[in-house]
Amino acid sequence: MRVMNHPVLGEQKDIEWVTIIFNGKPMKAEKGEMILAALHAENQIVNRYTAKRHEPRGIYCGIGQCTDCMMVVNGIPNVRTCITPVEDGMTVEIQEGLGKWRGDK
Amino acid sequence: MRQCEVLVIGGGPAGLSAAIEAAKAGAQVVVVETNREVGGQLVKQTHKFFGSSRHRAGTRGIDIAKILRKQCEDLHVELKVNSLVMGIYADNVVAIDEKKSLTEHNIERIQAKKIVISTGASENSIRFPGWTLPGVMGAGAIQTMCNYHRVIPGRKLLMIGSGSVGLIVCYQLMQAGAEIVGIVEALPHINGYAVHASKLTREGIPIYTGYTIKEARGKERVEQAVIAKVNPDWSTVPGSEIVLDTDIVAVGAGLKPLIGMAHMSGCEFVYDKALGGWAPCHNKNMESTHKGIYVAGDTTGLEEASTAIEEGTISGIAIAESLGYIPKDKAKTLKDEGWERLAGLRSGFKGEDRVKAKMKQLNRYDEVMKGGK
Ligand SMILES: Cc1cc2nc3c(=O)[nH]c(=O)nc-3n(C[C@H](O)[C@H](O)[C@H](O)COP(=O)(O)OP(=O)(O)OC[C@H]3O[C@@H](n4cnc5c(N)ncnc54)[C@H](O)[C@@H]3O)c2cc1C
Ligand code: FES
Repeated sequence: MRVMNHPVLGEQKDIEWVTIIFNGKPMKAEKGEMILAALHAENQIVNRYTAKRHEPRGIYCGIGQCTDCMMVVNGIPNVRTCITPVEDGMTVEIQEGLGKWRGDK
Repeated sequence: MRQCEVLVIGGGPAGLSAAIEAAKAGAQVVVVETNREVGGQLVKQTHKFFGSSRHRAGTRGIDIAKILRKQCEDLHVELKVNSLVMGIYADNVVAIDEKKSLTEHNIERIQAKKIVISTGASENSIRFPGWTLPGVMGAGAIQTMCNYHRVIPGRKLLMIGSGSVGLIVCYQLMQAGAEIVGIVEALPHINGYAVHASKLTREGIPIYTGYTIKEARGKERVEQAVIAKVNPDWSTVPGSEIVLDTDIVAVGAGLKPLIGMAHMSGCEFVYDKALGGWAPCHNKNMESTHKGIYVAGDTTGLEEASTAIEEGTISGIAIAESLGYIPKDKAKTLKDEGWERLAGLRSGFKGEDRVKAKMKQLNRYDEVMKGGK
């Protein structure tokens, strides 16, 4: 859920939205926010499944230290979504295991 | 290779304070920070700080970060953000990975006359069945999401640990609209400030002292947490289990100094529980056993932003002195004042243990430099 009315930071207004494609479906995101934040706002908490036991993983540290939030972004696997900002039209997919590299760059 | 006078690794309160002091005296300073803005832990601390007014108690952490950043900018300190220091190599060479975009990185090496390591700390985790489920996360992580990214990945929260971090984070999450189902503390008493705890108990939030988490349950994410009374040997008392519905389990089990950089540069360490574990030792200039490499803030022992600022300040003065920007006698006065303020800060809450631990670090430094083992 989004904290629209933060007790200290105040109300969040005039959000500029962009669209990301999450697992094939469009999802709105605030311009410049981290991918992980956009997903949490939509109550999407699973980022990847582990290679050996197919267990779900989601945020643990939120600051790029633990790698639990890695997803496939624009075809690139193992992107830490807690420290990677959204871009309009970006594709974001739940990662299976170590992911397959099919980046276009 | 690019050269600079002072390179600061980590732009939290310690690093920024070191940079400000050195730059004020005339040194050329680069601060390298992996996040997209400087401020360290402060960028998510929306509460008014505790401590003495001299150390900006009563000012919110987020505002202290802004003040420090502004001072750096005014002094033309180069703030190199989105830039991770990957390592320190021989002759004070630092390798930096600057993130330009998803696919572009710029790798650069800078050689510095003096280096400050101020990388802060990382959160401790605890293991229990279900601890890898999405929804189990660090207390710092949920604070970052709520106060910095302004989202909460769930509706209900159980906090493990009643230290000041656990208490403050619960209060902030509650204010932001989450339901706090309880706080679990293995000790027989609340670990943090009583004022923070009473703000929560007044709202009817239960604090389970003498309890621990036994299990987190759920399929794709946390749905329930099982807590139970804990024995002195950390086993749980059968039959004392309580099942709580929650979708976030936050772990506030303390922090430990982030010492990778200090370790890589071959600094000598000291272990002390009061400072969060292993931390590099230093002298009264905050210089480590590796000449020219200084350490300040949480990386050299878990304390507070106020102490981080003082340690950073002292290191900045010492560096300016050794680069010839401040005369010896003036530097001595300034450093002595800094140490006096530190002593004041360490006279408060749990201060005695920290004073002892810091003495241990200073003594160990002397021992090592005299060639002892
Ligand atoms: C919930 C909570 C409440 C708190 N409340 C208070 C309070 O009321 N009063 C108080 O005085 N203190 C408080 N503190 C403590 C205070 O925030 C910390 O002690 C302080 O921020 C430590 O400062 P620092 O500069 O040492 O480290 P940090 O603030 O952690 O900064 C370290 C910086 O280094 C960067 N970094 C790390 N490694 C690298 C690398 N390899 N390359 C580049 N950059 C790197 C990090 O990204 C970070 O920005 C609180 C802490 C928490 C968690
Ligand atoms: S949540 Fe730990 S790296 Fe992103």
